[in-house]
Amino acid sequence: MKIEDHDFDRDQELVVDGPTTFPVDRRDFVKLTATGLLVLFAVDPASAGQETARLPAGRQGYPTDVNAYLHVGPDGKVTCFVGKIEQGQGTMTSLPQLLAEDLDVPLSAVGIVMGDTDLCPWDMGTFGSLSMRQFGPVLRQAAADARAALLQLASERLQAPVDRLAVKAGVVTDTADPKKTVTYGQLTEGKRIERKLEGKAPLKPVKGFTVVGTSAHRRDGVEKVTGKAMYAGDIVPPGGVLHARILRPPAHGATLGQVDTSAAEKLAGVKVVRDGDLIAVLHEHRDEADKAMALVKADWTRHDPPFDDKTMFDHFLKTAGPATTVAEGGSLAEGEKLVTDVVEGTYYDSYIAHAPMEPHSAVAAVETGKVTVWVGTQTPFPVKNQLMQALKLPADKVRVVTPYVGGGFGGKSASRQAIEAARLAMLTGKSVRVVFSREEEFFYDTFRPAAIVKIRAGVTGSKALGLWDYKVYCAGERGAAQFYSIPNHRTAWTGGWSGNAGSLHPFAVGPWRAPGASSNAFGRESHIDVLAAKAKVDPVEFRLKNLTDPRMLRVLNAAVKTFAWTPKAAPSGRGVGVALGIDAGTYVAMMVEVAVDKAAGKVQVIRVACVQEMGVVVNPEGALQQIEGSITMGLGYTLSEEVHFRGGEVLERNFGTYELPRFSQVPKIEAVILDAPEIPAQGGGEPAIVPLGAAVANAIFDAVGARMDRMPMTPERVKEAMNR
Amino acid sequence: MRAVSFTLNGKPTRLTVDETRPLLWVLRDDLGLTGTKFGCGEGVCGACTVIVNKEAVRSCVTPVGDVEGKQVLTIEGLAKGDRLHPIQEAFVEHVAYQCGYCTPGMIMGAYAMLLKNPKVTRADIVRELDSHLCRCGAHVRIVKAVETAATAMKGGAR
Repeated sequence: MKIEDHDFDRDQELVVDGPTTFPVDRRDFVKLTATGLLVLFAVDPASAGQETARLPAGRQGYPTDVNAYLHVGPDGKVTCFVGKIEQGQGTMTSLPQLLAEDLDVPLSAVGIVMGDTDLCPWDMGTFGSLSMRQFGPVLRQAAADARAALLQLASERLQAPVDRLAVKAGVVTDTADPKKTVTYGQLTEGKRIERKLEGKAPLKPVKGFTVVGTSAHRRDGVEKVTGKAMYAGDIVPPGGVLHARILRPPAHGATLGQVDTSAAEKLAGVKVVRDGDLIAVLHEHRDEADKAMALVKADWTRHDPPFDDKTMFDHFLKTAGPATTVAEGGSLAEGEKLVTDVVEGTYYDSYIAHAPMEPHSAVAAVETGKVTVWVGTQTPFPVKNQLMQALKLPADKVRVVTPYVGGGFGGKSASRQAIEAARLAMLTGKSVRVVFSREEEFFYDTFRPAAIVKIRAGVTGSKALGLWDYKVYCAGERGAAQFYSIPNHRTAWTGGWSGNAGSLHPFAVGPWRAPGASSNAFGRESHIDVLAAKAKVDPVEFRLKNLTDPRMLRVLNAAVKTFAWTPKAAPSGRGVGVALGIDAGTYVAMMVEVAVDKAAGKVQVIRVACVQEMGVVVNPEGALQQIEGSITMGLGYTLSEEVHFRGGEVLERNFGTYELPRFSQVPKIEAVILDAPEIPAQGGGEPAIVPLGAAVANAIFDAVGARMDRMPMTPERVKEAMNR
Repeated sequence: MRAVSFTLNGKPTRLTVDETRPLLWVLRDDLGLTGTKFGCGEGVCGACTVIVNKEAVRSCVTPVGDVEGKQVLTIEGLAKGDRLHPIQEAFVEHVAYQCGYCTPGMIMGAYAMLLKNPKVTRADIVRELDSHLCRCGAHVRIVKAVETAATAMKGGAR
């Protein structure tokens, strides 16, 4: 059997042509939903359309027919089938909270099936802090519609008008005769009722919430502390599974010449597979497969682009195409006349890796012509489409199942390991497991791109911002537009945060927790501080003077209280810094205190205050975990994480050179979420990571008077800035 | 190939294996204990941490021959039936995890520390767990969980 080489570069561009499954003919699904009430519903195309505009080219938003199911069973159990996945951010717990609220059932009665393409309807993927703010409202509407349908049934059963009925914990009561009750389960017993979402039933008002806004304990706790939680690499299909190690190039763009697998073939139990450019060794033990792969000799010809991590910024300036303006107002020429002084600044950021603790993993099994792939992915449905294309199989012959995902952060949108495992399973007729080594994980990661921000700006005699001319290379537009009150401004970008290897980047780049937004915040908020320092004004006071957005003023004023900020122009020697950001609809004000070891250049972040306004908060405890996680993870891009490369060769091979944040670096974190019940739920997984780098840069300036213009702010760079 | 005998989670275990094979893959592939995780393969991330004779070891760089005659404890052996160990209870209570992939190794690392020094300070916990990586940023909660567990065990690790 011969399978054509799969063009992984095309996957990012692959147009997902809507739902590939409508799982009403699936055995498990039919069994589960044989009786009961089934509500089929779709994300509102209007809201999905808005988000589609923000997706990278080629990625589409939600299809407009059906993309989730809600089932109320005769046992009173509610099950929700969603294409979202659990990668650690708690959607497995917060999505059921929304359902329990609008259905009026106990949270414990709500089950959730996630990321299985045979059971769940099409979903574009879990990214962009969208689960609550885009998917959440639809889920609530489905619950409200289901409640209305059940009340209609109850009205008939109890011989009482609907407006006389009350529901509590899945039990409907006739308020005129409280002895007349019926449960949701009894109403659906012995029948199969199917409804399409009509969206007519009113949602519960925020002030009536009893489940949403109350911290719910996560559902994955016991499994995760006992080692029972299953990740893709833990799956063993019936009949066992072979580990595959795959021959990899030394650099992106390298082409394969002669290959000699004869030494590997001599090892006991090793199976060598060669199919076009896919060369793999298989063994039932991972370490034996590792040994066999080390014996494979291959000649590669490299075609490296002529730049590396030291010359990349010149390369970007030469190669990036014309810029697109995303925001402008007034006239830059007028602005130049208005300001006392035009202050220029250039800010640089590095390539960074996702480095999830779980490497990309997949297990594929073939049974009677149908391929099932268990894969740690953020995008099970797009992965299914890629599998159908790579294996030339129809939709009903491919199933993707997503167990727990061991961290994604955007890096598990790309899932080549699933296709490799499936190809090898088809070729050998055996179940095959592909788990990336740490070296492969760094090599195939879709890095967040390195970036440049150039700003020309100035203030008037009264210290008001009068000019803002901003251009960003390679970070994209997320978080680029400024939110200050500036009469003459322009924001332009060239080079997005996502794309395949090509003339701009030697490897693929892709979404990394709030893609590009930290690079943009680093440029903008550093330069605001430069202007404040030049005007000899306290950086918080300067911001307050130049802001009019009430949501931003509110978070900043709250941060002043939380942090106990006292005004003083920088550098004050105290080591305090501030930065602001808007991401995924959420407003963040962040203040930090740092200690700088002047001799070593080492920066320790001592405390961080983060005030966030994110509309309605579904699970406050879960939202706090996301803020703490974002701040802790953000220490890495701020202080130590940086991908080194030479042409197409990624020099990072393991954690030895790529330094993730550790316990000893974690500051005291004070996180505050402001109440904003009038604003719908906004994103929570990403916003707090955005302003950290800028806040730390500003704090370093406050501590030692050195302006950092490059992240990560390593000891060498801090020392260099101090000696400048 | 030779016979290697050891006690695994309290049960006598005997395998005929190449004794140079990493303990991690023998546990996962030969013995089906998948709670111990592969993260880096070089002993630098901590995801594969297990206990050998009361010491935390990185199973990805420990040859299985080294545990001959020794007591091996993995995450699967920590709870007593349905009763979670106090460290596991504290991790659940404080939500000291997100994706959960580093969690088994983190818990085993904390367990070995509390065996040796039941009266740990916050600084001890930070120093001991500094060689364990967590990408989701659950660090603050992990420290709290280990402090709570230490108190619950009242200085008597079991």
